Amino acid sequence: VPSEVSEREQKVLSIIETARAKRSKFRDTQITMAHGAGGKATQSLIEGLLVPAFANATLEAMADAGTVSVLGGNVAMTTDSFVVNPITFPGGTIGDLAVNGTVNDIAMAGAKPIALTLSLILEEGLPADILKEQVAAIAAAAQSAGVPIVAGDTKVVPRGMCDQMYICTTGLGVLDDRSNLSPSALKPGDKILVSGRIGDHGTAIMLARGEFELDADIKSDTQCLWPMVDKLLDEAGPSLRCLRDATRGGVASVLNELARASRVAMIINEAAVPVHPAVAGAAEILGIDPMHVANEGKLVAIVAPEAAEAALAALRSMPGGEEAAEIGECRTEPEGMVLMATAFGGKRVMDQLVGDPLPRIC
Amino acid sequence: MKYVDEFRDPALGEVLAGEILGLVEPGRHYKFMEVCGGHTHSIYKYGIDDLLPQNVELVHGPGCPVCVIPMGRVDDAIALAHQPDVIFTCFGDMLRVPGSAGTLLDAKAEGADVRMVYSPLDALRIAKANPERPVIFMAIGFETTAPSTALTLKRAKAEGLQNFFCMCNHVTIVPPLRALLDSPDLRLDGFIGPGHVSTVVGVRPFEFIPREYGKPIAVAGFEPLDVLHAIHMILTQIKEGRCEVENQYARVVPWEGNPRALQVMSEVFELRPHFEWRGMGFISQSGLKLSEAYADFDAEITYSVPGIRVADPKACQCGEVLKGVIKPWECKVFGSGCTPERPIGTCMVSSEGACAAYYNYGRFAREREVV
Repeated sequence: VPSEVSEREQKVLSIIETARAKRSKFRDTQITMAHGAGGKATQSLIEGLLVPAFANATLEAMADAGTVSVLGGNVAMTTDSFVVNPITFPGGTIGDLAVNGTVNDIAMAGAKPIALTLSLILEEGLPADILKEQVAAIAAAAQSAGVPIVAGDTKVVPRGMCDQMYICTTGLGVLDDRSNLSPSALKPGDKILVSGRIGDHGTAIMLARGEFELDADIKSDTQCLWPMVDKLLDEAGPSLRCLRDATRGGVASVLNELARASRVAMIINEAAVPVHPAVAGAAEILGIDPMHVANEGKLVAIVAPEAAEAALAALRSMPGGEEAAEIGECRTEPEGMVLMATAFGGKRVMDQLVGDPLPRIC
Repeated sequence: MKYVDEFRDPALGEVLAGEILGLVEPGRHYKFMEVCGGHTHSIYKYGIDDLLPQNVELVHGPGCPVCVIPMGRVDDAIALAHQPDVIFTCFGDMLRVPGSAGTLLDAKAEGADVRMVYSPLDALRIAKANPERPVIFMAIGFETTAPSTALTLKRAKAEGLQNFFCMCNHVTIVPPLRALLDSPDLRLDGFIGPGHVSTVVGVRPFEFIPREYGKPIAVAGFEPLDVLHAIHMILTQIKEGRCEVENQYARVVPWEGNPRALQVMSEVFELRPHFEWRGMGFISQSGLKLSEAYADFDAEITYSVPGIRVADPKACQCGEVLKGVIKPWECKVFGSGCTPERPIGTCMVSSEGACAAYYNYGRFAREREVV
């Protein structure tokens, strides 16, 4: 009897959703590469081990940057490590990522980045020319972002203990008065925007590794997103609910995190998601969803419906935002879930990434 | 993407869905099995279910290469990966399949050199780049992937490689289908035949299904229009009282298959007397091993593997799912004990597995509107 069956199915599904809405536990016996992929294993590491250990309200907000009150003002702080392999790739280098990645996390808090610190972990035997090249890249990216590097540290480890060089940067920003952003501020009816074609960075890295004998002219999208955020705050400030840069785990991970945090549903229109044809092609061949592929210069903006048009125009007016698009909206039910209206006319769940198809992407 | 987007055209999909609605008898329930995991994946990924009438039910079949691997074989693979100096290569999904004590990914974290490859040729390349180290390729899959393993081994032999080995887990599609059709638990009205396998074996091997079991079958491609078209073909057969093998995927699948691929396979492989399938037990003449001429490349001969049969975890009902007897969500541990991030059974690991496809893509009650 079909109706009875679907009732049972409903029950199973609701049990699953209840379980998923709970904070995930960290139950693994050892760290695997999946813990670094930005998907569900990363989430269990963060929510199950780190956040409870350092329990405080700022961290628990789970934003890209934490905000702290200092002498009556509010500042945003964040930190990020970079282990990308290879260290240079079409469109950028590890140095570019180290600056832009951290600056972008500050910008996503609605804060103007004002300073960076830089830690270098270098492998014994690293050619000085490679180091000089990366230092120049860091300097250029910092200058272009208008953010000075005000302190730093260097460590060297024996050959084989790291792969050429790892970089850690910490960023400081001043919270902008125009912004009032929070991952839990989303409301049904809000529009979901992306600032351009998705999946370029991850695809560029994958192709640069030369493991797949695929060739395509794809460049990393690494760029500083503060100018875009600045413009968004100008045009849609009070109506902006939340901003996220869609790095590891891609747009899908960002949307799932926000849907859970705000207890809303999301419906994404697959046909509206901008994807470079070569990225779509590579993803098709490798069986990866571009929505799971990392970006380094794309943001997801959730905006109140009345400001969506202005926000979209603001994004499109900025370099790197020309192909910004509205890709979906927030709904009420099913709470905490992201659904995709497929281009073919069906519907499906769009979940977070599981496992690690592409290690060391940033 | 040219030659792909054409088969994802929503307008044509709507037309086909309309015709399908016209073909079904209102009071009758139709149950079709898609044999291949690739179809299962497409059905959920594109939401093809949404375009079908309520009384057309799709059940998922045994054609998912990762899903059918029993636990004991995973243990054997892990044992091989831990051999001194070995570089163990396999497809990505295999990394996360649990053996009786952990996965290949765990073995990697414990120090085994386990690498993900996208093709057996990648493994061969690794072997050439590391001549001082043994490189083992864990071969899995139906007749679809067996020829590429065979060609890789032929190349390894021609080039005189001494350090390349294959752990062969290739299987054939017809024996499990027979086992399924012989089992009394399942009432089916027809089959969506496996497109990729058929590019190699052709359509002829499926003629026994209508002839001996009286079920119609349409061999189908993997794009959403292909799947809808195949359902349309089967329903038309039923309506017209026909029962035969039809080839929806004629743009790729020749009736006689690919004789060269079959030739290479017969050179490199021979049938095992029997092979264990996850949850389905031993099925006669359903698995391939390396032939006498390629015995030097056989990892199971060069290295001793435990070869211990391990019972599937008690709670796991992968066998029932693979046979289409239960739906993924009807398994006792679905979504609670067994999730894609912490799978118990194989069907929750592979993207072609029915449980993973349903969990990742289909997991919301369709009656429940998005509001």
